[in-house]
Amino acid sequence: MSEIPGDLKFLKSHEWARAEDNGNVRVGISDHAQGQLGDVVYVELPEIGASVQVGHGVATVESVKAASDIYTPVSGEIVEVNEALADSPETINEDAYGEGWLFVVKPSDRAELAELLDADAYAEQLENEDH
Amino acid sequence: MTEKTVLNATHRALGARMVDFGGWDMPINYGSQIEEHHAVRQDAGMFDVSHMTVVDLHGERTREFLRHLLANNVDKLKAQGKALYSCMLDEQGGVIDDLIVYFFDDRHFRLVVNAATRAKDLAWIEQQAKAFGVEVKERPDFSMIAVQGPNARDKVIGLLHEVDRERIRKLGKFVAAAAQGPHGMPLFIARTGYTGEDGFEIIVPEEHAVALWEALLAAGVKPAGLGARDTLRLEAGMNLYGQDMDETVSPWEANLGWTISLDEGRDFIGRKVLEAQKAAGVKRVMVGLVLDEKGVLRHGQKVLTANGEGEILSGSFAPTLNKAVAFARIPAGEPGEVRVDIRGREVPVRVVKYPFVRDGKPCEGI
Repeated sequence: MSEIPGDLKFLKSHEWARAEDNGNVRVGISDHAQGQLGDVVYVELPEIGASVQVGHGVATVESVKAASDIYTPVSGEIVEVNEALADSPETINEDAYGEGWLFVVKPSDRAELAELLDADAYAEQLENEDH
Repeated sequence: MTEKTVLNATHRALGARMVDFGGWDMPINYGSQIEEHHAVRQDAGMFDVSHMTVVDLHGERTREFLRHLLANNVDKLKAQGKALYSCMLDEQGGVIDDLIVYFFDDRHFRLVVNAATRAKDLAWIEQQAKAFGVEVKERPDFSMIAVQGPNARDKVIGLLHEVDRERIRKLGKFVAAAAQGPHGMPLFIARTGYTGEDGFEIIVPEEHAVALWEALLAAGVKPAGLGARDTLRLEAGMNLYGQDMDETVSPWEANLGWTISLDEGRDFIGRKVLEAQKAAGVKRVMVGLVLDEKGVLRHGQKVLTANGEGEILSGSFAPTLNKAVAFARIPAGEPGEVRVDIRGREVPVRVVKYPFVRDGKPCEGI
């Protein structure tokens, strides 16, 4: 398994959040999650401008095996979505923490970020899942 | 307690992701199941199918017993090594399992049945065999490797003893024969499969399975997991027991009518019910569905037709077609505009004749 980047925060349900310099939060799924899902074949993304609530399903990632709801780690407004995934959903398998990002939220309450797991806590959760 | 095939450590060393399948710890993929799927369609791939159950039947009245046990007619098996696909039905005409039967001689036939149904199959077969004095012998000492794809036969034949190569090259479809593999290991090679491609299913004594797998790997055959096996067989229009049919379903409703042999005078288990169903008219039919827009058809989704609701049996993204396909059971009659409920959204689909893919290519109209 690849290293978990230290600047990311996580939901227990395997979404990552990266706080960017402009104050927005980029969201994707973890490398562990893409491995569990297997080959991703279709991604349903939210509308730009949509208002989203922390912990609610806002996107869907479908692999050959299963459809998985993606929860947003922070509340706010969707300001960007990864259009490139429409043509190459497999990018999520190839680069889950980079080019395989899903959407960007302009957060309405940055304090929500503090509620998320840090990289070490997430790594620990994965270890416990393995046993 | 999860069971393991003798190749378990080999799969793990190859980096396989393992899952529980019918009580067996099996590889679902070794990386990308889509790449494994394409390897089988375009070149050659191999599957560990040692979890499947091999059962040898011995006795003077074995053929007579199988005439009674199976819905297809074993009298089609005349030449040694010939194989037949059949359903095994209960008295109500429900499908206990689907299987392949191989003919050795009139006192010896071999069955290969599903792994998940092993216990109930063996109990049923043993119960029925008593009256015919047939000995039912499970063969856990065998492993099985399926090698499939347009180059699969060549790669296997290259590993055989020279004296066997020409004979195995000429093996017809759905026929099996014995041959010597690497280091003289005894193989039972059948030209059968579950992918819609040419190839072999090879039964090998357990102690030689790892060596055979390694030899195939060295010959360029790519390991493929159960994930690819499922998308390959779905594209090829082949049923999966437990998903497409079971005891609650008649073969008529599972597109298995072609395997039912209503030949005169043969009293097989379930026949009376099947004949009554046929005379009354079958209420539900199994059809193929294609989704042309984005999304994935999956098991359990509701299918809406002009005659009422049906449901998706096997459904998946089909890598060869780059879109989703499915089998569905729907009410009989002209279905009209058909839609599938995908998580609350009604999506139009096309009803098609399947197989969806044969010999590496999409079929006409798919």
